[in-house]
Amino acid sequence: MTPLPQSPAAVETRLPATRAGFMRREWLPIMLFVLLALLPFAAMLGPEKYTLSLVTRVMIFALAAISLDLILGYGALVSFGHAAFLGIGGYAVGILAAHGVQDAALQVPVALLASGLFALLTGAISLRTKGVYFIMITLAFGQMAFFFAVSLSAYGGDDGLTLASRSKLFGLAWLENDRFFYALVLALLIGCYALTRAIVASRFGRVIRGAKENPVRMEAVGFSPFRYQLAAYVIAGMICGLAGVLLANQAEFVAPAYMAWQRSGELIVMVILGGLGSLHGAIIGAAAFLLLEEILSGYTEHWKLIFGPFLVLVVLFARGGLLGLLARVRGKDRADG
Amino acid sequence: MAEMSGSETPALALVDLNKAYGALKVTDHVSLDVATGELHAIIGPNGAGKTTLIHQMSGLARSDSGHILLDGQDITGLSMATRVRKGLARSFQITSIIPGFTGLENVALAVQARLGSSFRLFGAVSREERLNAPARDILETVGLLGRADLPAGLLSHGEKRQLELAIAMATEPRVLLLDEPLAGTGPEESAAVIALLRKLKGRYTIVLIEHDMDAVFALADRVSVLVYGRIIASGAPDAVRQDPAVREAYLGEEGP
Ligand SMILES: Nc1ncnc2c1ncn2[C@@H]1O[C@H](COP(=O)(O)OP(=O)(O)OP(=O)(O)O)[C@@H](O)[C@H]1O
Ligand SMILES: [Mg+2]
Repeated sequence: MTPLPQSPAAVETRLPATRAGFMRREWLPIMLFVLLALLPFAAMLGPEKYTLSLVTRVMIFALAAISLDLILGYGALVSFGHAAFLGIGGYAVGILAAHGVQDAALQVPVALLASGLFALLTGAISLRTKGVYFIMITLAFGQMAFFFAVSLSAYGGDDGLTLASRSKLFGLAWLENDRFFYALVLALLIGCYALTRAIVASRFGRVIRGAKENPVRMEAVGFSPFRYQLAAYVIAGMICGLAGVLLANQAEFVAPAYMAWQRSGELIVMVILGGLGSLHGAIIGAAAFLLLEEILSGYTEHWKLIFGPFLVLVVLFARGGLLGLLARVRGKDRADG
Repeated sequence: MAEMSGSETPALALVDLNKAYGALKVTDHVSLDVATGELHAIIGPNGAGKTTLIHQMSGLARSDSGHILLDGQDITGLSMATRVRKGLARSFQITSIIPGFTGLENVALAVQARLGSSFRLFGAVSREERLNAPARDILETVGLLGRADLPAGLLSHGEKRQLELAIAMATEPRVLLLDEPLAGTGPEESAAVIALLRKLKGRYTIVLIEHDMDAVFALADRVSVLVYGRIIASGAPDAVRQDPAVREAYLGEEGP
């Protein structure tokens, strides 16, 4: 095991707790959120509906990617079945709506409970394995969820299920308003970002980060990492379940494709593309992924032929993802001037 | 073998411990008592099974048969983490720290493990004085306070060895199992670690594995000699040094 120079998580805890230190550490996520908050105003000048819908989608996937980064970036738990939670959240909305329960006040708790339970059961089994086996077993559970959804013929089976409308909010149809929906998704993104940020810096987070670097050392100071990793897995699953609720509302449609293994792979790519283990890197990664997909697919239907090599380049030349690239460019600026 | 233990319960007792890797018998009917406060050195040639024995005591490796007692309590079936919480800590022959954490965080982590409440999801752990203050005290004891805020991966090899001892101390053990704390250290570094071991002696019951014979005979109250998984001699350092079987099997190779 070669010693890592320093993980971002370790660096962050060492910076002084001054206001200047806070700004230096947080300028990027703050700028990201300010940008996202201002965007709807700019969108009014152009094709507003299209822009809001695209960026809302980006933020929803950012939420899912953040939840994955919590376990992947901070815990080195390479879950290849994370999209299952998107589907569970989505189907909670779809199935409840099909039975006349349209209020988010009920749909959200059910979605969180279902994703949490699924995470608890599958995590308790998956986390007994390590490395490649963990990847395979999470993939297997993800596929089980996928095929279970396919088998739900009462709810559209393979074809999925179209929602009659977006969820109500305490009986009100506010979510039908794209601007309101955008604001709600942004608020949830910021909220979950702050939550996960607090978690990784907490006592609990330190155990997760330590178990990532050296699990034997953790046991040799008296921790059994399993329980902590399982708790993190459940938290991540629930946040991703929430993203699933939002995704179903954004698309007004749910289908087994939400849980396809390709989707899980895309989530992993987003997190790595942005930069593992920073949380806001996951937002940048999700945005880069979906925007590139949107732009490239406008030029050619073979956009993956361009996207694939681009990913390879990022992984090869931008260690630490886009965030790492950014940090290096900034470092150079400072050295030059 | 029990000449020193008298009527008191030994801090650590091994009773007829066995372990084999396939056909290779690595621990062969090992029985050993370590009295409270004693520094007990285990010496033996490469591949004798010393590290495996520490793995068995600490719970990293399962024993095929036999028992391990900590203050008279059978801990044979317990996990490593549980044994640590009961007061049995260890260091590793190949340094085991968390390289991305600072020295202070490495030690504070062990303090945290002891204090509990590790399911706390809020509150910045790096600013918790309840964890940092005891960690700093221990770093001062091992002489690393000045390097406390450096990522542990960047410390020199000798400093990492000291840090590992600090981590073990932070779990507040009664018994410390040390697997070659001097391995790979230069002359200056090893003098620092030996001075530290001298400080720890008496404060903890210590099982020390070491190849450095000067260190062993300077520090140990008792010495056991392990060869091919068997204890061939055990007793006061001078008696063991004179033992003909030991001289032939082990010390003889490098003796005068
Ligand atoms: N996990 C394992 N699987 C198979 N054989 C092993 C394993 N661990 C150790 N061994 C073998 O067991 C024997 C004892 O190894 P051990 O590491 O306990 O010796 P040691 O006395 O600590 O040696 P050294 O002084 O070199 O550290 C060696 O022959 C080694 O090759
Ligand atoms: Mg050894």
